[in-house]
Amino acid sequence: MTAGRHPIGLSIRGAVKVYPGTRALKGVDFDIRMGAVNVLVGENGAGKSTLMKVIAGVEQLTEGEITIDGAPVRFARKDDAVAYGIGIVFQELNLFPDLSVAENIFIGREPLRMGIDIDKGAVQNRTRALLQRLEQDIDPDTRLGNLRIGQQQIVEIAKALAEDARILILDEPTSALSAAEVEVLFRIIDELKAQGVGIVYISHRLEELIRVGDYITVLRDGEITGARAMDGVDIPWIVRSMIGDKSKDYSTDITHDYGAEVFRAEDVRLPRPGGGFFVDGVSLSVRAGEVLGIYGLMGAGRSEFLECVMAQHAQSTGRYFVEGREMRDRAVDRRIARGIALVPEDRKSDGLVQIMSIRENLTLSSLPAFTRIFHLSLAQEAGKALDYIKRLTIKVASPENPVSSLSGGNQQKVVIGKALMTGPKVLMMDEPSRGIDIGAKAEIYRVMRQLAAEGIAVIFVTSDLEEVLGLSDRILVMADGRVTGEFAAGCEPAEVVAAATPGKKKLKDTAA
Amino acid sequence: MTTVTDKSRPSTGTNWLLLLLKARTFVALILVLAYFSFAAPNFLSAANAVLVSKHVAINAFLAIGMTFVIITGGIDLSVGSVVGLCGMVAGWLLLNGVDPGLGWSIQFNTFEIVLIVCCVGIFVGWMNGMLITRFGVAPFIATLGMLYVARGAALLSSGGRTFPNLNGNPDYGSASFPQIGAGTFLGLPIMIWMLIGVTLVATYIANRTPLGRHIYAVGGNERGAALSGVRVQRVKVFVYMFSGLMAALVGLIIASQLKAAHPATGEFFELNAIAAAVLGGTSMSGGRGRIIGTIVGAFVIGILSDGLIMMGVSSFWQMVIKGLVIIAAVVIDQAQSRIQARVALAQEAGMAK
Repeated sequence: MTAGRHPIGLSIRGAVKVYPGTRALKGVDFDIRMGAVNVLVGENGAGKSTLMKVIAGVEQLTEGEITIDGAPVRFARKDDAVAYGIGIVFQELNLFPDLSVAENIFIGREPLRMGIDIDKGAVQNRTRALLQRLEQDIDPDTRLGNLRIGQQQIVEIAKALAEDARILILDEPTSALSAAEVEVLFRIIDELKAQGVGIVYISHRLEELIRVGDYITVLRDGEITGARAMDGVDIPWIVRSMIGDKSKDYSTDITHDYGAEVFRAEDVRLPRPGGGFFVDGVSLSVRAGEVLGIYGLMGAGRSEFLECVMAQHAQSTGRYFVEGREMRDRAVDRRIARGIALVPEDRKSDGLVQIMSIRENLTLSSLPAFTRIFHLSLAQEAGKALDYIKRLTIKVASPENPVSSLSGGNQQKVVIGKALMTGPKVLMMDEPSRGIDIGAKAEIYRVMRQLAAEGIAVIFVTSDLEEVLGLSDRILVMADGRVTGEFAAGCEPAEVVAAATPGKKKLKDTAA
Repeated sequence: MTTVTDKSRPSTGTNWLLLLLKARTFVALILVLAYFSFAAPNFLSAANAVLVSKHVAINAFLAIGMTFVIITGGIDLSVGSVVGLCGMVAGWLLLNGVDPGLGWSIQFNTFEIVLIVCCVGIFVGWMNGMLITRFGVAPFIATLGMLYVARGAALLSSGGRTFPNLNGNPDYGSASFPQIGAGTFLGLPIMIWMLIGVTLVATYIANRTPLGRHIYAVGGNERGAALSGVRVQRVKVFVYMFSGLMAALVGLIIASQLKAAHPATGEFFELNAIAAAVLGGTSMSGGRGRIIGTIVGAFVIGILSDGLIMMGVSSFWQMVIKGLVIIAAVVIDQAQSRIQARVALAQEAGMAK
């Protein structure tokens, strides 16, 4: 192999990371080879981000050790890792929109004149040099918020480069970049490789990985399922390693016949500020008892579509029909009354009112059911809440405790319970299994299948390939705000992945 | 409201502490009462109790309105000015009536005056609500602006002068106006009965109506509430309108008590109302607070200042002491929420095994 050409710069042995309730890493061995692109791939929740956070010093290992150039090291804080030349570009941008580009790049380590004030000239010059190296024509004084997201991502990369990183971790760096910007990034990566920098590259875009990677490591549920040099690796191999042979428990044994169409969306569009569309003419329909999975990568417009259905975007257009009758009202409570329910992606900020009790969260959407004129029957409410706690087997000490005291899986069940209590005909779930452990996932899957069997139409959005393949009766794939493919259950995984790749033209004609 | 003190044996100590912390405003009230009963002679006399209650009531009305506003995550700085404005409107209506410019004027009886003044307060609150929900102005700024507008309007109404001798006119049916602030019913001042009524209504709204639940939800997580079908904007407009109504009641009471309306009435009342709400456990970041806590908070502040006056403490020291009490209340509040979260986490962890 090429091990001699690319010496190992950093290696992790037996990495175990335990979070309350879950084991995110279960004895992972991982090497970063210098002067090469080390690709890391896996489903959401496989442990990639945790592993990178450990390497960047943001999180500490529960067990296991990290060695750099053969010597064991311990990162207590991010600064420790930075001192060893480890730079990381997180998937979520950590930038300040109201500061200038130069200020952003040097935030927290501004060069000082005689230890007192910021050396503005030096900041400007170094920023200009960095941006030139990145082939970007950006004025260092531009307010960051005025840049496109793709340019902001480049600034984030410049920030890591400014620290003279020896090891550079790029977590989904291309998710917001245009095709031209991706080319620039790849040129920079080549240049950094030539300088001997070890790069860790995380992405869901498999073609991209094969193109740019030298070594590949596949993670699944906190374990390594494949690690080799990139020679001879193809997409089916990656997909096989990612989702494994034996399937998780998707409760597909709960089967039933579909009913009539209960929900139809026609030509839903959501304009993007500054041109283009987040959601670009999406039409779909779902039948009673059907589980429709919507697969796609980040930024494909899946969540935005669900939000449009839930009347969250005043500027969106399109028509919706519930059981054949058009739904025109733009008030959320009226749409809920028509039988639409949403389980949002972000439990913390969208799904729950954290400081309210479990009971109050469960019943928040269904209060009219317990109200006569204006009097709320607390007894009825508590009864119904207990009912749903039992029905969804939510583990609680008392329904009066704040919902924030529950584990992620139980919190998610509370969100689902809230949606179900409204008696929905269509249940929309955005990443229903995100951030919860495997046991809770299986329970959520079981609940979803059961609801479908009871005649509810379930639409769920996921970026987890295995989940969409295992759970759906029918799969829609979205990319760039459009529906790019439609598949029946039991289709070829590689085709689903191909359809989800952004930057292609509409594939619907060929797929259907 | 601790429902499960017996279930979790290991943390009984923490639970006692928690109970004590939760009841801290009551504890403070008892301490303040006990102290002044000893230190200030006559403090516990019935006459003094009624007097103190009347002082407290003024602040308590505003604090109840303020509590709802703060629970939604907002703030209403305009209430003091609205008190002044509403007093002036009441004075104007009593003295001049409404002159349509036809050589005769419309006069109102007490009930009509109360109704009109309440509508003025509600209208100002509605404007606050509209500014905040439709135009996206931050509550602090919107109500700060309204503070100046309402105060200016009050001053303009009389050119800065006082409307004196608001005794009403038996011919117009307004002779009963002074009774609002001075009258008694079953031995208690009418304004205390009003306070009891308003407290009951507000507590009922908070605990037993969907509207109350929505108020808490909006303050706890606005976006989450909106996605759950809560009409966030309506809820917000309501709380400012309610706060305006409370200010109108206070304006009426003061004008009636003094039998005069002065345009500067109510300056800094908004700060006292905020202090009472915070002392009563209302969280400035929204989502948390109780009407009864606010009432107790208002009593602590009121008794503290009246008691200190009776003891002859200088008013300068009074301000310092009041400030320290408020700060201490918030420090303890932070400690309580930390312990509370820990107890709940321990309980749920015990469940999950």
